[in-house]
This record gives sequence, C-alpha cells and structure tokens, in this order.
Amino acid sequence: MPSLPDMATPNVTELAAGRRGASRDMLAEVPDLKPAFFEWLCRMGDTTLILGHRLSEWCGHGPALEEDIAIANTALDLIGHTQMWLNLAGEVEGQGRSADDLAYLRDAMHFRNALLVELPNGDIGRTLMRQFLFDAWHHEMLGRLEGSAVTEVAEIAAKAKKEVAYHLDRSSDLVVRLGDGTEESHARMQDALDILWPYTGEFCTGDAVDAAVAKAGIAPRPEDLRAPWLAFVGEVLEEATLDMPQNGHAQKGGRQGRHTEHLGYLLAEMQFLQRAYPGAEW
Amino acid sequence: MRKEWPLWEVFIRSAHGLNHRHVGSLHASDAETAIRNARDVYTRRKEGVSIWVVKSADITATAPSEKGPLFDPAEDKVYRHPTFYDIPDDVEHM
Amino acid sequence: MYAQMVKSEPTDRDPTPEEQAFQARIDAGEKIEPKEWMPEGYRKTLVRQIGQHAHSEIVGQLPEGNWITRAPTLERKAILLAKVQDEAGHGLYLYSAAETLGISRDEMFEQLHSGKAKYSSIFNYPTLTWADIGAIGWLVDGAAIMNQVPLQRTSYGPYARAMVRICKEESFHQRQGYHIMMKMARGTDAQREMAQDALNRFWFPSLMMFGPSDKDSVHSKQSMAWKIKINTNDELRQRFVNETVPQAEFLGLTVPDPDLAWNEEKGGYDFSEPDWDEFYEVLKGNGPCNRERLGARVTAWEDGAWFREGLTAYAEKAATRRAASATAAE
Repeated sequence: MPSLPDMATPNVTELAAGRRGASRDMLAEVPDLKPAFFEWLCRMGDTTLILGHRLSEWCGHGPALEEDIAIANTALDLIGHTQMWLNLAGEVEGQGRSADDLAYLRDAMHFRNALLVELPNGDIGRTLMRQFLFDAWHHEMLGRLEGSAVTEVAEIAAKAKKEVAYHLDRSSDLVVRLGDGTEESHARMQDALDILWPYTGEFCTGDAVDAAVAKAGIAPRPEDLRAPWLAFVGEVLEEATLDMPQNGHAQKGGRQGRHTEHLGYLLAEMQFLQRAYPGAEW
Repeated sequence: MRKEWPLWEVFIRSAHGLNHRHVGSLHASDAETAIRNARDVYTRRKEGVSIWVVKSADITATAPSEKGPLFDPAEDKVYRHPTFYDIPDDVEHM
Repeated sequence: MYAQMVKSEPTDRDPTPEEQAFQARIDAGEKIEPKEWMPEGYRKTLVRQIGQHAHSEIVGQLPEGNWITRAPTLERKAILLAKVQDEAGHGLYLYSAAETLGISRDEMFEQLHSGKAKYSSIFNYPTLTWADIGAIGWLVDGAAIMNQVPLQRTSYGPYARAMVRICKEESFHQRQGYHIMMKMARGTDAQREMAQDALNRFWFPSLMMFGPSDKDSVHSKQSMAWKIKINTNDELRQRFVNETVPQAEFLGLTVPDPDLAWNEEKGGYDFSEPDWDEFYEVLKGNGPCNRERLGARVTAWEDGAWFREGLTAYAEKAATRRAASATAAE
C-alpha cells in the first residue's frame, strides 16, 4: 500500500485563522461568482450527505460488530461534513436557507452529488470499494482545499481531512485484505470494482462551475486531481491483486443534477417527515 | 472454514493519562486490524491518544489461588515507603 | 429487562465447602474474576444472563435503526446513528464479558439465531412513527437504566466493568429520547397525536421489560444471593413508574392506564399490570416483529461470512509471508 498521510499534521485551521471573512470580501469583489460558488458547495455537501446516508443504512446489519461500528463512525463524520458544507452554501446563497432546508427540501434535479455515492450499497464489498474509490479522491481534494483562497473552505477542509485520512487508511486496507483474501472475496471485490469504475470519472471531469471556482482560487480544477488519484488507486489495487478496469467510459451528470433512478427513492425516504409535515420542528 | 477471528485485549492511554489502561476486548483477524477496530470501538468519545492490543491468548496471569503467597509478603516491608523514615522538619525538600 | 426471566441454576443439596467459601467472598463484596473457581451454576446463569443482555443490545439496534434513514434533520440523524452505534458497542462489551466465561461470541450468535437464546421482548414491537424513537429513548432506555445502574455492582468483575462503561455512555440516550418527545408534545397537532400514540403503544411493553413478578421465584433468590441480580422485578418496575409518570405529565401526555393513581401510603403509584399473556406470546416468538428482527440478524451474519473469512485468509497469508521473509533474512 502507498504510504498514507500523516494524521498528526498540525491543525491548518490555526494557520488559516488570520484570513477570516475572506469569502464575503471575495463575493463583494466578484458578485458573479456567487451562483458557481453556491453550486460547488452543494456538490461537496450533497456528496457527503448522500454517502453518509447510504453508509447509515448498514447500522445494525454489518458483517461483524466491529465493522458495524466502524462504518457508523465514517457515516457520522460525513454527516458532520455535510452540515459544514451546506451551512456555508446557505450563507453564500444568502436566501436564508439552512443546511437542513437544503438537505430536506430540494428534489433530485437540484441535488449535486456525484452518481457514485447514490448507488445502492450492494454487498459489504461493494460498499467498501465505493468508499475506497471515493476516499482516495476526497482526501486529495481536501488536501488542495486547505490552500483555498476562501478561509471558510480552507477551515472545513482542514477539519474534514483529518477524519478522511483515517477513512482512506481503513478503506484501502480493507480493499487490499479482501482483494487478496479468499477466492470468493477476491471475486466479489473485482466485481465491485468493475461495476463502480465507470462512476469514478465524474469526480475528475470539470465544467463551467468548476472552472469559475478554480479561477477564483477556491478549489482545484477536477482534472488536476486525476493523476494523483489514479496513482494512489493503482498502487492499492495492485497490492489487492485486483485488475484496474480498462473501461474508460464515464457515467456523468450527478454534479449537474442529472441522477440515476436510485436518488429519488433515497430522497423520498430521507425527506419523508419534512415533506409530510411542512414547517414542523423536530 | 468457519473460523472465528481471535480475541484481543485493548489498552488505551488517554490524553492526560500516564499509563495504558485495559478498556476491554474485541475480535479482529490480526493485530493491525485489531488496532483499527479498537480505534473505532473504544475511542468514540475521545478517550485515547495511544492504543495497544494484545492477543488474549498470549496473556499470562497470576492464579487467584496464589494471591496470598504472591502479594502478602509485601505487606511487612514498610521500610520501602517514605513515611517509614522520620526526618526533622528543619530538613526541607526531601 | 434486557435479561428477562433468566433461569438460574439453583441446587437443593447442601453447599460444599468450596461453594460456602465462594458465597462468603460474594457476601464480603469481593469481585469474582475470570478463571477463578466458581460454581458451575453461577457460570451458566451468568452466560445466559449476559448473553441475553448482549443479544438485546444488537437486536435493539433494529427498531431504532429503522428510522435512521428517515430522521427529520441532519442533527437528529447524527444523534440517532450515534445512539444505535453505541448499542452495537454495548453488545460488543457484553459479549466480551461473557467470553471470559468460556463461551465464544460465535457460539452465542448461533444460540440467538437458532432461537435457543432470548432477547428482550420489547424489541419485537414495531417503530411506526418518529415519536416511537422518542418513546424508545425515554421509556425503553429509561427502564434499562433502572436495571443497569445497580448491575454496576454485580459480583462478576467483567460484567460489572462492562456495565460501568455502558451506563456512562448511555447517559445521553434517555435524554435524547425525552428531548424528541418534548419537541413533539409541544409541536403541531399531528406531532402531539404521534407522541400520545407512541406512549400508548410503548407503555405496557416497557413495564413488561422488567419481567413478571419474581418475589416467589427460586431463580431470582439464587441470582440475588450471587449478586448477579440486585433488585426484584417489582421493585424496579415500581421505581420506573414513579419516575416516569411525572415526566409524562410534564409533557402533557396521558399514561394509558385508567387505574393509575398516587398511593400516599406506599409513596408510589398504583398501576395496572401489563397483559402477561401477551408477554409470553412475544417471548415464544409471536410478537409483531419477532420474525423480522431475528431474520435481519441471521441475514447480516450469513451475508457477512465471506467478509470475515476473507480477512482471516489474508491475515494467515500475511503471517506466512512475514515468516518466510524472516527466514530468508537469516
């Protein structure tokens, strides 16, 4: 396995603390940026929300108590990230929408998560493979975001990155172990990889929104993450004795609001109470 | 091949603790996995900064029947404790 | 309780000198530790009781887990997930305690899956609305705490230590449930209706958690002498009613018992007995959700077999590789 990030790196939040309020200054200077910035924040927050939701479905059904507990920890971290990203999205949008409003009162066409995370869990192997492919991207992304021109983004990234370093450590370790475990576990992991692979391309494919936030120094260009992501994933898969799929076709659209059929059902379940009892407090 | 993962004993040192303390046990396929599982199971509330794991089967313990012979002899070695020695108050810092 | 109607293993012959010495240690408040001599009845009763308690924790994940994906806010989702995750942890601590008595976790799972081992009757009731999540935290965790707090002083060391950890972690569980009930009871008409309905459905099953009256039970007498049971079922049930009724009043909800009345003389409430026929039916497997609950556990276990075996196989391969490279280095 490639060497993993050092989880004891000093808190970048403290380093960034001198730059408070940068987003407001920036939006005052470049008002055109607001819609793209908002959309980009939703992409981050919706992706962690939907993946956290999917992982939470495992609670009580894990293959071993230890794994049940570990998956819930990852889910809890991702829900925490969601609150930070969507809160900031609501602030940037300036329409008074809270993180909960965004999570519970938008329909599928307004969700901006990547398709990979809305796919059903499948068996535990597919869940872990999805987690690994996502974590490898997530960790790289957050590392870049620590240097964001917007303080709030850098702060969220710094906090999240510590947690995600552990997610990646765990998921890559399990991919190696299950890939190089029994014949059955190997076959299941290869199968999971083949099914999920086409959904990874979307993470490293930019559009006008990405270009705008990259130009403003808020976030990296998605394309720039591809090489390091691929290198890391390749090393882990090799150690796991798994073959990297040759299928280069990417399933895309989630980040622009064009989803799989699965998201509608997920939202119907997740949003049920807020939709059935509008305005109630819980 | 229904083989159970071995049992591990988990020891954790808290942020303000000097020693690792036994906190409980768990199952894992090997030591590295046991460490990760211990992190997820036993530090959910910021309990620790360092984890040790030991295979339960590798622990050798004193037998309860030996309690008397093993530990009672220490009882009358009072000279091992600082309070045994009377030092005049005039001698400071000792 | 989480361990209802645990059969103890009493004997009718005179105690042997070993048994007398053992009882003297317990009476002196000493903790019994693994591998120390203990009567076989003590060991068996403990395995049964801790096992039931552990099974209840992990089956207990299911009714609440049913609402994790429908929790109404991000914060509620995180809280509920953390709570249900805690229950998995508590199951794990308890299985570990039982394992010190010479039974493996897998053996205990087999007993659960085959129906040989029992778990608390309460988890065979369905969670139908979000208010049920409040009611479970408030009533079910509240009833469990009644039993678990005294069990921190139980005579078996590993069990007592597991209970200490569990009680510490559970302190937020009942509060989060009551907090949900407060929001609902003070919310819209629809929310109040859900809250009252949840109380109506969970009140008597919560009282059943303590088990039928055991004041004349030989099993209970033996377990109490061994200090693996600290209070009688009736004592705990009375204490629970005394504490819970004012909490219901504070919420403005009505306890579904027309005969509930304060009894000045005994300093506690008089209340109706739950329907014990229903209780026995649920224990026999005829509760509303027995099949689903056990089915979910069995499925999780069977579907997870390849995962557990895969990790075992990797660990063996890695150990072999390490040994080979160590030999090569020599």
